[in-house]
Amino acid sequence: MDRLAFDIAHLLAGGLVLTSFMLLYQDRLYALLNVYAMQALTLALAVGWQAHIQHAPHLYITAGVAIVFKALIIPVALHRMVARLGVHREVETVVSLVPTMLAGMGLVALSMIVTMRVAHEADALAREDLAFALSVVLLGLLMMVTRSNAVSQIVGFMSLENGLILAAAGAKGMPFVVEISVAFSILIALIVIGIFLFRIRERFDTVDLQALDDFRGESR
Amino acid sequence: MTGIAPLNILVVLLLPLATAGLLAGLSSYRLSARLNVGSAFLTFLAALSLLVARPPVGRFLVVDDLNIVFIVLNTFVAFTTSAFSASYIAHELSAHRLTRSHLRFYHAMYQLLLAAMNLALVANNIGLMWVAIEVATLTTVVMVGIYRTPQALEAAWKYFILGSVGIALALFGTILIYMAARPVVGEGLNGMIWTVLVAHVDQFDPALLNLAFVFLLLGYGTKVGLAPLHAWLPDAHAEGPTPISAVLSGLLLNVALYAVLRFKILLSANPGAIAPGPLMTGLGLLSLVFAGFMLYRRGDIKRMFAYSSIEHMGVIVFAFGMGGALANFAGLLHMAMHSLTKSAIFFAVGHVVQVKGTQQIAEIRGLTTSHPFLGWTLVVGVIAIVGLPPAGVFMSEFLIVTTTVARAPALAALVVFGLLVAFGALVLRLHGLAFGEPKGSLQPVKASYLPMILHLALVLVAGVYLPPPLVAWFQHVAASLH
Repeated sequence: MDRLAFDIAHLLAGGLVLTSFMLLYQDRLYALLNVYAMQALTLALAVGWQAHIQHAPHLYITAGVAIVFKALIIPVALHRMVARLGVHREVETVVSLVPTMLAGMGLVALSMIVTMRVAHEADALAREDLAFALSVVLLGLLMMVTRSNAVSQIVGFMSLENGLILAAAGAKGMPFVVEISVAFSILIALIVIGIFLFRIRERFDTVDLQALDDFRGESR
Repeated sequence: MTGIAPLNILVVLLLPLATAGLLAGLSSYRLSARLNVGSAFLTFLAALSLLVARPPVGRFLVVDDLNIVFIVLNTFVAFTTSAFSASYIAHELSAHRLTRSHLRFYHAMYQLLLAAMNLALVANNIGLMWVAIEVATLTTVVMVGIYRTPQALEAAWKYFILGSVGIALALFGTILIYMAARPVVGEGLNGMIWTVLVAHVDQFDPALLNLAFVFLLLGYGTKVGLAPLHAWLPDAHAEGPTPISAVLSGLLLNVALYAVLRFKILLSANPGAIAPGPLMTGLGLLSLVFAGFMLYRRGDIKRMFAYSSIEHMGVIVFAFGMGGALANFAGLLHMAMHSLTKSAIFFAVGHVVQVKGTQQIAEIRGLTTSHPFLGWTLVVGVIAIVGLPPAGVFMSEFLIVTTTVARAPALAALVVFGLLVAFGALVLRLHGLAFGEPKGSLQPVKASYLPMILHLALVLVAGVYLPPPLVAWFQHVAASLH
């Protein structure tokens, strides 16, 4: 049974790394947002499983926040925003696929090497969880530097933050995990609002919402 | 005396918070500007009382020899900046650059920022410290963007994104520290309490500590403005209101530096962990030399002094990275001197920009002729910041260089090189700004000279004579830093 619990935790955390890789090679914004929602769902499952095996009911709240906020509200909001700004067809010039994927693999290998050197008294589950979390964080950073578009940079930041929540949930008995996950959700909400204002500025050179409406009215 | 001890720390934290709430609901800007100054002054007094009456070490708050230096400096500069801000915003209001509702928001955010910074400094809990620094970052983000010009919004956005990444990395480091502590001090809150951590750190797993420190240094280092991670800093300084530039340079960078120092102490108390010194000296030197060269190509006066802040944070981080009693002493002294001098410079620059209506260095000439008092104050400030004697900055830089010469001559040469490069750039620009034929508006300026005179006087006095109790105090702190 213990072995099974370990394997499932392993599988879910590994799934998170896999979705991070999938995020790396998406070149259309809608697809990117869908993969991000998938990652958030995987995170919710991973955190929920940690809550179950650690007997830590407060982690269910973190899992709930991940499902409702990150897997539903944020992707839907960004979807609508992308549609409204008319940038959904923008195919991004990712630095280039092959070097990015190779760099990603290098980062995952690096995080494995670094965390496996951690002393052996730390239990195996926490250690491997940490390796996965570190990979997700580094892949999120990689995504932020290889993308030029503001929306995909934000998705990179959000996937980085998923790695943080995974690490926090895996650190047994860590205080403030729920508070941190809620605080980060607020931060992300602010970023999403900010991106909306920013994108409008970038495209129409103003932050006046009225100007946006006027512009659209004229073009029809 | 000890009777007021638990009370004064609460005043330091809760008074700014309560004032922020009050200011948010107050529409008269004259009244709120006065309230802002008054509250900042009372907070400073409460912080001074911490010197004589320390509260007992709690699970969430702690006042020790290290952070008390930061708290007193922080509340003092916050108080003088609020006095400067009162005259600054009156002008902005009459120039229609800000509306009354903006000012209400601005004052409330200013006090909230002070509360968050004070909390970050007295927190005995690395999680709480992280939260406080996050709140401080967010409040400065909205204040940087307060002018709503495209440039201001872009600066705020850049700051927001880089600050968020820094915060995220710092959180990862914090989680790693907890994971390192858990096998030794047990699950739960204990693994985050600073005093508990430092008492048991010698038994922690060194590999985890190393990893944690890398993340913490990069995360909080972003907020310090260290070289490869500094991109937000010049924009945020240039586009926000000048009082915020002064607070950013004089205070917030120090708070982030304080966080780095805390973790440096943790790491150097563990025999198996990597020495944090070389990482810090490397980043510090890089920032110093890089910012020194960047100073030459600046056309915007606030941006130029922002790069000078990067340079000086590099010097300070370098000094703490070298470690040892003398270098730590010099680092602390340099930090205090830099805070005082740089905020005084920003006070002067704020008034200069208001009267000339531009931030372009090329458009500002002959200040000592057109506005003698303001011009000469700026001259004194810049002479102090480039490290000419008799200013306090000279003394701290001299100490840093001499102690480095004895231990690593090659590094000392690099430091001197960086300082000279920056010196040349600032003196070159100062010449154009202060002397020659006046250019631009000759209108008299309604400035509040008291804050800048106070700061510069302190810096000059410190360069000539440091009171022995203060020296003993700094030395004691420096020795506790390793």
